[in-house]
Amino acid sequence: MIEIKNVNKVFYQAGREIKALDDINLSIAEGSIYGVIGSSGAGKSTLIRCVNLLERPTKGRIFVDGIELNSLSANELTLARRKIGMIFQHFNLLSSRTVFNNVGLPLELAGVSKQEIKEKVESLLELVGLSDKKDSYPANLSGGQKQRVAIARALASDPKVLLCDEATSALDPATTHSILELLRKINREFNLTILLITHEMAVVKSICSDVAIIGGGKLVEQGPVGDIFAHPKTELARQFIRSTLDLSIPADYAARLSASQSPNSYPLVRLEFTGASVDAPIISHVARELNLDISILSSNMDYVGGIKFGLMLAEFFGSPQATEQAIAFLKENKIEVEVLGYVA
Amino acid sequence: MSLEMFSTWWTTNERLIDLLITASGQTLTMVFLAGLIGLIFGIPLGVLLHLTKKSGLLSNKNLNKALGVMVNIGRSIPFIILLVAVIPFTRFIVGSSIGTAAAVVPLSIAAIPFIARLIEGALLEVPSGLVEAAQAMGAKPYQIIFKVLLPEALPGIIHAITILLVTLIGYSAMAGTVGGGGLGDVGIRYGYQRFDAAVMMMTIVILVVFVQIIQSLGDYLVKRVDHR
Repeated sequence: MIEIKNVNKVFYQAGREIKALDDINLSIAEGSIYGVIGSSGAGKSTLIRCVNLLERPTKGRIFVDGIELNSLSANELTLARRKIGMIFQHFNLLSSRTVFNNVGLPLELAGVSKQEIKEKVESLLELVGLSDKKDSYPANLSGGQKQRVAIARALASDPKVLLCDEATSALDPATTHSILELLRKINREFNLTILLITHEMAVVKSICSDVAIIGGGKLVEQGPVGDIFAHPKTELARQFIRSTLDLSIPADYAARLSASQSPNSYPLVRLEFTGASVDAPIISHVARELNLDISILSSNMDYVGGIKFGLMLAEFFGSPQATEQAIAFLKENKIEVEVLGYVA
Repeated sequence: MSLEMFSTWWTTNERLIDLLITASGQTLTMVFLAGLIGLIFGIPLGVLLHLTKKSGLLSNKNLNKALGVMVNIGRSIPFIILLVAVIPFTRFIVGSSIGTAAAVVPLSIAAIPFIARLIEGALLEVPSGLVEAAQAMGAKPYQIIFKVLLPEALPGIIHAITILLVTLIGYSAMAGTVGGGGLGDVGIRYGYQRFDAAVMMMTIVILVVFVQIIQSLGDYLVKRVDHR
């Protein structure tokens, strides 16, 4: 549905050349929810803005629904954009228009009759659950409601593609969740292709079928979400996955942690389960077989796309030999083990 | 000046009262007519200034520069000089260079660049994201101007119009120079040159009332249309 071919974007700032996008290739299938993740400044915003040519690529071609957008005249591009919906981090609703008139704007632009606008807008407000707010002004809505209005507006001209530019980044976690649910719903109901960019792996994890990771203007990894979570090939991918399972050492433990072992201290280890890890009840197995007591300090396990993965912090209480054997056994089972130090 | 003095003045100076009423009418005619003409030309000019900016919708560096210079020239000529300088043009337009109608021409000429800059400023307040959103939904440039930029800037535009009208009241005081009449003229001729403190006070009070009414009305309208 969306094809991005060899797209480059160069900005010139104070005489310096900045490569915002470096030879990006992406192919997004019809009906999928595709996530592009990257930290700020990675070029993801530039990338999504290139898809509807809000930003013109320096080089490369963009196809949406089989039409090469770069080759269109200004007027043709305007018409093509009516089939590409877009929502933004800061909603970009018109403060001078009511909710009803905001949602109706794309139809007004297309010259649709008043009666048709009324029917369409009312059904869209029903869809996003804001029928009672149709005469309110955006200033009186919460962030989540504003984004719902923006989604309704983006859907007004029956687009085939929806671009989401950090659509949930300004929202709290509960609201983010409800907006993502709504996106999933419209994806299913209208078979709408969604391209979303975000800096939160949690967003990708919850609704995307495929993901691309972008860093320094380059696509470093892409594939089905399950595969990326299971077998991250790059450090950047690993970082993003880890960011969804933030596990830090509690402050009082960190204070008691020393780098070397003394007779009365026990190792604090971090276990990382990835898609490659053997799927078996390993922790209890190690404890039983090696006569080792394992105290789990914190753990964050998750299940995405058929893959179990996660991080665990645990203390191993046992003889040094048993500990060593346990670590060796875990490593055999493709669990990454890191001894963080020894706690007295 | 006591209240009593006012009341005796009021009953003994019927001719001056007629004069003040006529002058008030002239001031209002000049201000609103020049204001209207100023808006008709100044708003499009302000919109054009905004659109032709570097990152604007119809970015055009040379046009923007040219318009900017024109506006700056208009803004930098002291009104009293402009008034005299455009006499040939005034005569060409209204057929005479004296009278209230003749004063409207220089007032309009002064109003155009003034309101253009204020409109430009009001449009600058519209978040660029809104224009982008409109572009993304397939709005043509004229649709962006009339459905996004101007409605979104409306509170600022009304505020600018208020400032314009109040400024024109001030400028209109100089219209006496070309026989335009108005309250300022009465104030200078009767109040200042004939040392009639009562007339001077009356003109000032009326001007203050005008300004007050225009400003209050403007503020009220801004509040009505501002949903930000």
